[in-house]
Amino acid sequence: MAGKTLFDKLWESHEVRKNDNGTSLLYIDRQLIHEVTSPQAFEGLRINKRGPWRKDANVAVPDHNIPTKNRDKGVEDPVSKLQIDTLASNTAELGITNFDMSDPRQGIVHVIGPEQGITLPGMTIVCGDSHTSTHGALGALAFGIGTSEVEHVMATQCLVQEKSKNMLVRVDGQLKTGVTAKDLILAIIGRIGTAGGTGYAIEFGGGAIRSMSMEGRMTVCNMTIEAGARAGMIAVDQTTIDYVKGRNFTPSGPTWDKAVKYWSTLQSDDRAVYDETIVFEAASIKPMVSWGTSPEMVAPVDGKVPDASDPAKAEQTNNALKYMDLKPETPMGDISFDKVFIGSCTNSRIEDLREAARVVKGQKVALNISLAMVVPGSGPVKAQAESEGLDRIFLDAGFEWREPGCSMCLAMNADRLEPGERCASTSNRNFEGRQGQGGRTHLMSPAMAAAVAVEGHIVDVTKYYEN
Amino acid sequence: MQKFISLNGLVAPLDRSNVDTDAIIPKQFLKSISRTGFGPYLFDEWRYLDHGEPGQDCSNRPLNNDFVLNNDRFKGASILLTRANFGCGSSREHAPWALHDYGFQVILAESFADIFYSNCFKNGMLPIVLDAHKIEELFQATEDNPGFTLSVDLEFQQILTPSGEKISFDLDSYRKFCLLNGLDEIGQTLSHQKEIAAFERNHLEKHSWLNQEVR
Ligand code: SF4
Repeated sequence: MAGKTLFDKLWESHEVRKNDNGTSLLYIDRQLIHEVTSPQAFEGLRINKRGPWRKDANVAVPDHNIPTKNRDKGVEDPVSKLQIDTLASNTAELGITNFDMSDPRQGIVHVIGPEQGITLPGMTIVCGDSHTSTHGALGALAFGIGTSEVEHVMATQCLVQEKSKNMLVRVDGQLKTGVTAKDLILAIIGRIGTAGGTGYAIEFGGGAIRSMSMEGRMTVCNMTIEAGARAGMIAVDQTTIDYVKGRNFTPSGPTWDKAVKYWSTLQSDDRAVYDETIVFEAASIKPMVSWGTSPEMVAPVDGKVPDASDPAKAEQTNNALKYMDLKPETPMGDISFDKVFIGSCTNSRIEDLREAARVVKGQKVALNISLAMVVPGSGPVKAQAESEGLDRIFLDAGFEWREPGCSMCLAMNADRLEPGERCASTSNRNFEGRQGQGGRTHLMSPAMAAAVAVEGHIVDVTKYYEN
Repeated sequence: MQKFISLNGLVAPLDRSNVDTDAIIPKQFLKSISRTGFGPYLFDEWRYLDHGEPGQDCSNRPLNNDFVLNNDRFKGASILLTRANFGCGSSREHAPWALHDYGFQVILAESFADIFYSNCFKNGMLPIVLDAHKIEELFQATEDNPGFTLSVDLEFQQILTPSGEKISFDLDSYRKFCLLNGLDEIGQTLSHQKEIAAFERNHLEKHSWLNQEVR
């Protein structure tokens, strides 16, 4: 008999009923809420006189619009302020917990979930945000939804869903020193493309994933949506259990033992069958950088900007080169920058900041870089970094050290690129205008972005690890 | 939820793959707390030459005349024809809200991103997947015939071209049913309340740690 995949197990354990047409009613354990995609859902509940089904299952936090400096002045932009205030009043009205701007636990929704133990293995987790896939790193089924579905979950604790197909991305061997989870996921997207995972739930496995930290696993799962798959996930192992233990909302005592026993079953069976399996050799992966306007447009650090010779991609490539103001065949190392952004739900956890600080230590931000900023993912990440002295390393080098939030990942607050500016960014999307209209984004790891900050252009960061 | 039954409409071609939801409706417009009024800002960075802000009156803004929707030929279009992986990226439902508010009710593409596809149905819009060859033919026909229209019938899952060709398309039966009847999906789910409550009791008992209150 064929075994079950992790995804099959998570799905089946939450299936309330199967409908005749092949869809299922799926029970949702946890909904995370932020200010941008929720106001219309709360409004819908009010109009239809519906309450939350289980208010404890929801946790809210403002992150997208929030200022990353001078917080004592409040939110200056009145439109952003209205949205943040609306989240506060909506959650207060329904009795839903909201980690507001003054709460030390506030941060990017996908950073605080795992950090607080709000995200646990085995859960179904949704949020009106595509990077909800991040939480799959803990062996959970987590995916992004639209606002109508946010309302649906609040009102019913369920969603009508069609089961995705199973894909395994197996990464054999070990990543080389200085090559990170970010480089791996960029390489994966570069190979399978931004629609490669459409219709699939992707499980990441293999030796390189097994020996990866939880922070790294979260980076990998975070960008699964950039490969088109709504959910990415990784089986539970000792690394997962050790990470979860002792967090604010993690169970303790006998409940902990019971939970661990259950969580330990959250792996694919030996004879599990996947609809698709893709294999990568970890050792062959180099630091990766994006050159274009889609996360699949990537090259290794020692590579070149492509030409438009592939007829199937000529138009896209030409559009991207024009927007990015790059010439075909330019060596990646020749690209120089204006700004550096270290942050976002992809790479703003403590390990990311340690990696970046390691490169920056004792150096200065290059003269051509007008702004280099570090935006920690949450209050606790910021506090931890400060207790390790990382803030001093960044500040001494000439970086700005900010308050937690989404910041220049999508530039809804004051942090943004000006037209034509080029940015080394640890975020997840290099779409046109994502970091500010006319801005040009190159995605890379925190260590690579830190190296851009000190050298002013792209360099192979593995050289920093040689001695 | 709004109904969709059939439509006879003008086709506008957007000849690009991987159109992301950031391009469909840029982030500054996501600060709105309402569901309506996004139409004037649809494709804002491609459609206008200046930088748009929410609440801005768009009637005097400089237009990018190279952008297809600014071509008089496609004024009033209600069917958008495009390429692969339309609607990728952010889950923002503001993207279908903006397309719908502008006047699009049907989108024809080689493929759609999953979240965007599902969001369309919640807003009375019909996204239709056709094979690459058919999409190419329709691009050609749109270019060759000014005023090119299509008739789309959801009940029969069929598109009729002006020359009488019939193109059929696939669709999940539940989505079709909801769209044809303008069904309230939440109401539908709540008709199973007892089943949900029974499942929940058992589920939370078995996994008691899920009951932990977050304060
Ligand atoms: S950091 Fe960026 S990608 Fe992550 S939730 Fe915020 S805006 Fe979205």
